[in-house]
Amino acid sequence: MQLLEKLCQIAENPYAYAEKIKGDARTPIIGYFCSYAPEEVICAAGAVPFRIFGTRGDISLADAHLQSYCCSLARGGLEDALTGRLSFLDGTVFPHTCDSIQRLSDIWRLNGGFSFHSDIVLPVKLDTPSARTYMTAVLRDFRDELAAALKVPLTDDDLTSAVRTVNQIRKHLGDLYAAHSKTPGILSAKALHQVIKAAMVMDRKEAAADLAALLESLGLDNPPTVADSGRKRVILSGGICNHPDLYSLMEVAGADVVWDDLCTGTRYVEGLVGETGDPIAAIAERYMERMVCPAKHSDNTARGRNLVELARTHQAGGVIFLFLKFCDPHAFDYPYLKQFLDEAGIPSMVLEIEERLPPEGQMKTRIESFVEMI
Amino acid sequence: MTEQNIADLEKEKRKIKSVAKMKEIMTTYYIEAKTAAESGKKVAWITSGGPVEFLIAMDVIPVYPENHGAMIGASKMGVDLCEKAEEMGYSRDLCSYARADIAAAPINGGPIGGLPRPDFLVCCNNICGTVLKWYEVMARYFDVPLFILDTPFIHKEFSPAAKKYVIDQTYEYIAFLEAQTGKKMDYDRMHEVSRLAVEGLRLWQAVLDTAAHKPAPMTAFDAFFHLALIVTLRGTQTTVDYYRQLLAEMEQRIKDGIAMVPNEKYRLLWDNLPVWYRTKWLSEKFASHDACLVGDTYTSAWSGVMDLIDPDNFIESGAVAYSSVYINVSLDKMFDTLAALIRKYDVDGLVMHSNRSCKPYSFGQYDLQKMVMERLGIPTLMIEADMVDARSFSESQIETRIDAFMEKLKT
Ligand code: SF4
Ligand code: SF4
Ligand code: SF4
Repeated sequence: MQLLEKLCQIAENPYAYAEKIKGDARTPIIGYFCSYAPEEVICAAGAVPFRIFGTRGDISLADAHLQSYCCSLARGGLEDALTGRLSFLDGTVFPHTCDSIQRLSDIWRLNGGFSFHSDIVLPVKLDTPSARTYMTAVLRDFRDELAAALKVPLTDDDLTSAVRTVNQIRKHLGDLYAAHSKTPGILSAKALHQVIKAAMVMDRKEAAADLAALLESLGLDNPPTVADSGRKRVILSGGICNHPDLYSLMEVAGADVVWDDLCTGTRYVEGLVGETGDPIAAIAERYMERMVCPAKHSDNTARGRNLVELARTHQAGGVIFLFLKFCDPHAFDYPYLKQFLDEAGIPSMVLEIEERLPPEGQMKTRIESFVEMI
Repeated sequence: MTEQNIADLEKEKRKIKSVAKMKEIMTTYYIEAKTAAESGKKVAWITSGGPVEFLIAMDVIPVYPENHGAMIGASKMGVDLCEKAEEMGYSRDLCSYARADIAAAPINGGPIGGLPRPDFLVCCNNICGTVLKWYEVMARYFDVPLFILDTPFIHKEFSPAAKKYVIDQTYEYIAFLEAQTGKKMDYDRMHEVSRLAVEGLRLWQAVLDTAAHKPAPMTAFDAFFHLALIVTLRGTQTTVDYYRQLLAEMEQRIKDGIAMVPNEKYRLLWDNLPVWYRTKWLSEKFASHDACLVGDTYTSAWSGVMDLIDPDNFIESGAVAYSSVYINVSLDKMFDTLAALIRKYDVDGLVMHSNRSCKPYSFGQYDLQKMVMERLGIPTLMIEADMVDARSFSESQIETRIDAFMEKLKT
């Protein structure tokens, strides 16, 4: 499984990967924080969209700009920008989501020293025709801005071809997820997490090809039938997960993460962009139709129903909420999501993460007792 | 006369007389709101930055959960309600207005026994993303319709597409109100309400401007108190009349040489929301150093955009104006406003409240602080607290910092 190893390594050390592709061909790399960043447009401009996941290091420089009550994603990302760890970036794009990201964008622009900076002020409402029109207009503006900054034509053909590539990635990842849900162990949950993470930072053509090869090597057309292992099945729900060790802890406790509702998970994969017609409108369409993120508004109970549905579809015995401390949008949705799960008789627990995972012993005990209960 | 008598008289002289009238207006307003069902009127909950004018024109009684949050804070009931919210599963890191109000709803908690039940909700996100989540919670809890006026954040400029989007939504808002109330919008009345709103805003700004006088006839703490009307009853004759009276009183105080802080020597500007449960303590603390908080960035947020409003075309100009309010813009733009206030009030220092509750207002303060010190040469003080949740207020720490800051200013 050389390929799997390669992808895991990229996920382990994405900055080294970025520096490598930068070094080879001066490929432009555009950073982003959120799954509302239209990576199809970035790819079409000949750049690599690079997801920022926070930092591995300690936070010190960012302390001069963001209070301690800001989430570790924003603080950690800023830390890496200020220390120069992200110096391979040619720029960054900030789709409008939460209050913290919105202010981070200003701070980033004023202190980050990157040449390209774009705010995609997306609508917050995703359920009206005027919001759809606006969404499309904003994405069009972004396309023009990026084309001008990178001095590329960025034609409709470029866009359609980028849409195809990213769609392929989504399809492949979706297949991996489905296979993993059916036969956990075909690929460990940790490996799956690493693979999807790698796909968010890699040259997308390379990622699409690697994923296709990986799928083939797994021989999913003829999945091995595994006897019921008696292991518990759980779902992760939340925003971003940057803690592969969590999956291992879960595994040791006797549970497989069979699905998730994470932005660094299935939310990335969910829904394909239409490959015919106006590509920008098609990208907007996917954002309007995809399950709403807590920082956006659409059907007010959709997330609750969806979570229950996911748990049932994937026969999960429980849901683990994974939140970054100080993340308002997710924290606001939690009581209602929990209520929906309670009413459906699905047990759940919350793991709140600051910069790092809580001490392993503590986590282990909590996870173990939860797994036992379900 | 004894010394005590003189001191009492002095204190009495300094009191703002209009306060009684203001309290009366607010009491009447809340009684009306709480008895709306009996009088057959509809009640809408609306965010502080939302276009209330349309509700007034449609005869709907607007109710402000944020004002409720402020009342809860001022009456020191914040901690209890915040803790209740945490029991309900809401993280302690969320905005304390939202937490307190969400916890008050099912138990009719708080100083006025809860807010009247809404018939529908109107949420304008020009102040934060928190209100969106808060109103979603309320829409589920009360099972009532929610209208969202989505005002795109202005990092650099307000794009033509954004402008079209907010104008489109204003028409959707009117249609929503017509559906909710079962009657048509009366555009003549709307025009009158718009005119009154702009007049109210101008008068409010004029009241705030009186504090530019040295010594200042009022302080930011007074502004926090008197703000309620421009938020709550903007677009009514009551508000216009009241602020006219208040303005006259302030002008008279200037004539009579009445200062709010005796021996005003140092003039300071306040940034962010008030610390509602400690306004008295803070104002006395600063006054003990002969320092007066003459202005703030918060209470002028409402009138800051009034020049963008054309009462003859409120629907379109108002939409743009409401999108341009102080915290819906980038840090560079906030700095421009801050610098203008610093100049207008001719202050010696800036006091920044780093408010755990309000992320959009507080994140970026460190950068603003640096800009103020470097570009304007104005000393600054950062206080860590929370507007409603007193658990985040450390008196001894804050006292030490204020004392140290004032000593530095004095030298
Ligand atoms: S939860 Fe929302 S804001 Fe956060 S990364 Fe996902 S899409 Fe973006
Ligand atoms: S959505 Fe949450 S985790 Fe993401 S940047 Fe905002 S506060 Fe941080
Ligand atoms: S987050 Fe700030 S602006 Fe929003 S409701 Fe709370 S205090 Fe008000």
